[in-house]
Amino acid sequence: MADATLAGNTARSDAMAGPRGAKPRRILSGRNIMIYGTLIVFSLYYLLPLWVMVMTSLKGMPEVRLGNIFAPPVEITFQPWVKAWAEACTGLNCDGLSRGFWNSVRILIPSVILSIAVASVNGYALTFWKFKGADTFFTILIFGAFIPYQIMLYPIVILLREMGLYGTLWGLVLVHTVFGMPILTLLFRNYFSTIPEELFKAARVDGAGFWSIYARILMPMSLPIFVVAIILQVTGIWNDFLFGVVYTKPDLYPMTVQLNNIVNSVQGVKEYNVNMAATLLTGLVPLIIYFVSGKLFVRGIAAGAVKG
Amino acid sequence: MAAQTRPNRILRNLNSKIAAIPMVLTALVVFLGGTLWTVLYSFTDSKLLPRERFVGFDQYERLWTNSRWLISIENLMVFGFFSLIFTLVIGFLLAVAMDQKIRYEDTFRTIMLYPFALSFVVTGLVWQWILNPQFGVQSIIRGLGWTSFTFDPLNNQDIVIYGLLIAGLWQGTGFVMCLMLAGLRGIDEDIWKAAKVDGIPTWKTYYKIIIPMMRPVFITTLVIIASGIIRLYDLVVAQTSGGPGNASQVPAMYVYDYMFQAQNLGQGFAASTMMLLSVLVVLIPWAYLEFGSKKHG
Amino acid sequence: MQHSISVKDLTLKFGTAAVLKNLNIDVAEGEFVVLLGPSGCGKSTLLNCLAGLLDITDGQIWIKGKNVTWAEPSERGIGMVFQSYALYPQMTVRGNLSFGLKNAKVPKPEIDKRVARAAEILQIEPLLDRKPGALSGGQRQRVAIGRALVRDVDVFLFDEPLSNLDAKLRSELRVEIKRLHSRLNNTMVYVTHDQIEALTLADRIAVMRGGIIQQLDAPQTIYNRPLNLFVAGFIGSPSMNFLHGSTVENGRYFQFSDTKIDLVDYEGGAVMERHKAILGLRPEHLTIHHQAEPGHTIPAVVEIDEPMGADSLIWLVANGVQMSVRVPVEHRLRPGTEVHLKVDIAKASIFDTGTEQRV
Repeated sequence: MADATLAGNTARSDAMAGPRGAKPRRILSGRNIMIYGTLIVFSLYYLLPLWVMVMTSLKGMPEVRLGNIFAPPVEITFQPWVKAWAEACTGLNCDGLSRGFWNSVRILIPSVILSIAVASVNGYALTFWKFKGADTFFTILIFGAFIPYQIMLYPIVILLREMGLYGTLWGLVLVHTVFGMPILTLLFRNYFSTIPEELFKAARVDGAGFWSIYARILMPMSLPIFVVAIILQVTGIWNDFLFGVVYTKPDLYPMTVQLNNIVNSVQGVKEYNVNMAATLLTGLVPLIIYFVSGKLFVRGIAAGAVKG
Repeated sequence: MAAQTRPNRILRNLNSKIAAIPMVLTALVVFLGGTLWTVLYSFTDSKLLPRERFVGFDQYERLWTNSRWLISIENLMVFGFFSLIFTLVIGFLLAVAMDQKIRYEDTFRTIMLYPFALSFVVTGLVWQWILNPQFGVQSIIRGLGWTSFTFDPLNNQDIVIYGLLIAGLWQGTGFVMCLMLAGLRGIDEDIWKAAKVDGIPTWKTYYKIIIPMMRPVFITTLVIIASGIIRLYDLVVAQTSGGPGNASQVPAMYVYDYMFQAQNLGQGFAASTMMLLSVLVVLIPWAYLEFGSKKHG
Repeated sequence: MQHSISVKDLTLKFGTAAVLKNLNIDVAEGEFVVLLGPSGCGKSTLLNCLAGLLDITDGQIWIKGKNVTWAEPSERGIGMVFQSYALYPQMTVRGNLSFGLKNAKVPKPEIDKRVARAAEILQIEPLLDRKPGALSGGQRQRVAIGRALVRDVDVFLFDEPLSNLDAKLRSELRVEIKRLHSRLNNTMVYVTHDQIEALTLADRIAVMRGGIIQQLDAPQTIYNRPLNLFVAGFIGSPSMNFLHGSTVENGRYFQFSDTKIDLVDYEGGAVMERHKAILGLRPEHLTIHHQAEPGHTIPAVVEIDEPMGADSLIWLVANGVQMSVRVPVEHRLRPGTEVHLKVDIAKASIFDTGTEQRV
């Protein structure tokens, strides 16, 4: 039967001995050393190549030949970058990576737009307007994401030839749309299934149909997932190599294909600094997107989960 | 009340069906149709163009007696085996480290994940440079005093595959770390508390409780990694071009080279069919595990 | 007399925000204390501090005469039951119960003995070889309690253990927990936001808000003599009626609009003249009369009549304030009826408007 005072019993003055307050924690504990140590060691592993790329690309060739790839340039020069962009030779012509860059851009934009448009509509239809067999088609689609592309390479060549699109920009755009479909449809379907069905029902009661619900209600609400899809596609399509090399002609080669040609098919003197500059240039676009988008990128890959 | 005719089944939900045409076409024509077509024509002797002369298992016999193909398979298995193990282990360990409520988590994650944003070509080329015997790691260590140090995997037929492995791990482990971290974070915090009250040390909690709970994540990650490994192509083309000689050939290269350069479509079809089979071997049991039991349950 | 648990000046800050402020509690051996309060009041936080799952910023925690402020959870002599049960999913029930003991290198015969005893007390013997996934919510909760039982400790901590169960199961398990307590006589500290659980289970309730204990008393005391406005309004459903007015004539009357209530029988003794005060009256401490009794009744107009089986809840408006009164269900009243509410001033509470404390 304790007294009902607000503070409970008052503290006894005798038994105050012993520990009080926050437990002292050593910063340099064994556990912390292990954790941060592991992370730092691996961080070095991850950062090293970037460092090397940048350093090499800023050195003149004599300095490169001197040896240490980890050492910063004594004399910084941007000449390798200029050369990579404008003068590097790929065996066919010597106007640098800029050609490949613009090819990649021209491939990228329609591919991203088309693939996302188609896949978002797919996801939308699969969530709110299911028809018989829809899920079966979707399952086949998903399987297609896992099986090796090699098995479908040639039939697509035939299809594109029949459509007169083999070797053209739009042929490649179509290919990217087709192969982007599984992951993106999954992405959109999962996102749309988190939208309460009541919203959809209310719109139908209001008289809206398939396309108007999509355009006027769903799309404005889905900005985040569209951004994630864009990040996913830009990264995937920019970095693509296989489709670029199979379905285009040399004057349409994307940057990745051109890069490989510049570096690996050059006879004679290898200009390592130009090569590294070229490599960096090719990686720059997805890297910038990565650093800018941060958490969204993580979300994208966790949802996409299958690359290349 | 006027009698109403029931709308034709096909016309019901017409807009949706029209909108789904691309998906249906893709699924049926490209994925299903394309796959079946290739498998079918792998039984022909197509050379430059597809030919309908069926020759039974001829292509497959030739495939499996081709040393280049055998090397490809061996390389893929070695690469696949080590890649799988190391990626899972490293990815998991890093995820555990990241899960410990550390500071600078975002910084570490940014550093670990950026390689994943790069093309395999970029990865291959930069590691080719780093492993360059004249200027790269070997020369640096030699410069530090160990003059007989040798580390030249890309010119050594026996260990070139490990040079590729280093590059592959560099690109992929950050991604697996993210998947694992998401899995770890999905575990009910109360489980940790219960284990602490029970007095279970942290490592044991991971080992006996958390990891078993993460089985689905591990399996999914495994399937994703496996399907990526089969497709190994860009990295090899960039880093070693399949060399030295044929030492780092992989099946995907075999397919491309025979299909588009050696004018031997039949071989290319056979090789890609083998690739498909190996994926199905992994995929079908997993699909059954994930989805089949739910249907029959 | 040694307390089972003693909390002295416990403070917990996250950064600069103080989540628990200078708490002092003593729990006697075998006592059942409930920490009750709204979300965010700090009750779960306090429990986690007692368990050693959270580090405190200042103060001490003593359990059974030992200073455990820096001790690990497993060294504090506590067992804990979680809201989400937190059973190890891939182990059987037996595995769940014995895992901690195995880890502490308790000899196998002793483990078996304790598991058998816990299973018998909680009636989960037939479940011992099943996995948590094959158990119902109620069964899982029992296993969770079992896990604490096998630890052979004197103090049990419960963190909202029944919140995940449906209403029927909740009342069943509530009775079980009470039975458990009377059988084992362990010290129990129980966190909940549900008043019914608090009132039925507790020997004492600590009502918390904003990291501070508002009142620590036996349930009936808290119900009948709440120490401040918050406690008065928090406990009791429907909540207490509050009339804002002032005490007049040297504290002899409470004036609220035109109505004066005689305070002679007020339990708090003599009330001084204050300006603003609040009179708190529980719905069951008011009766409906049709005649005014000056100094003892409040005129009101019936708004709504809510019959609830055995009782009715009558909602009325008195001088612009909505009030509720509990009456037997047979007393139907039509909306619009003018009545007089008789006040049982002996059971009322008066609070100072400024300090919100009971006077």
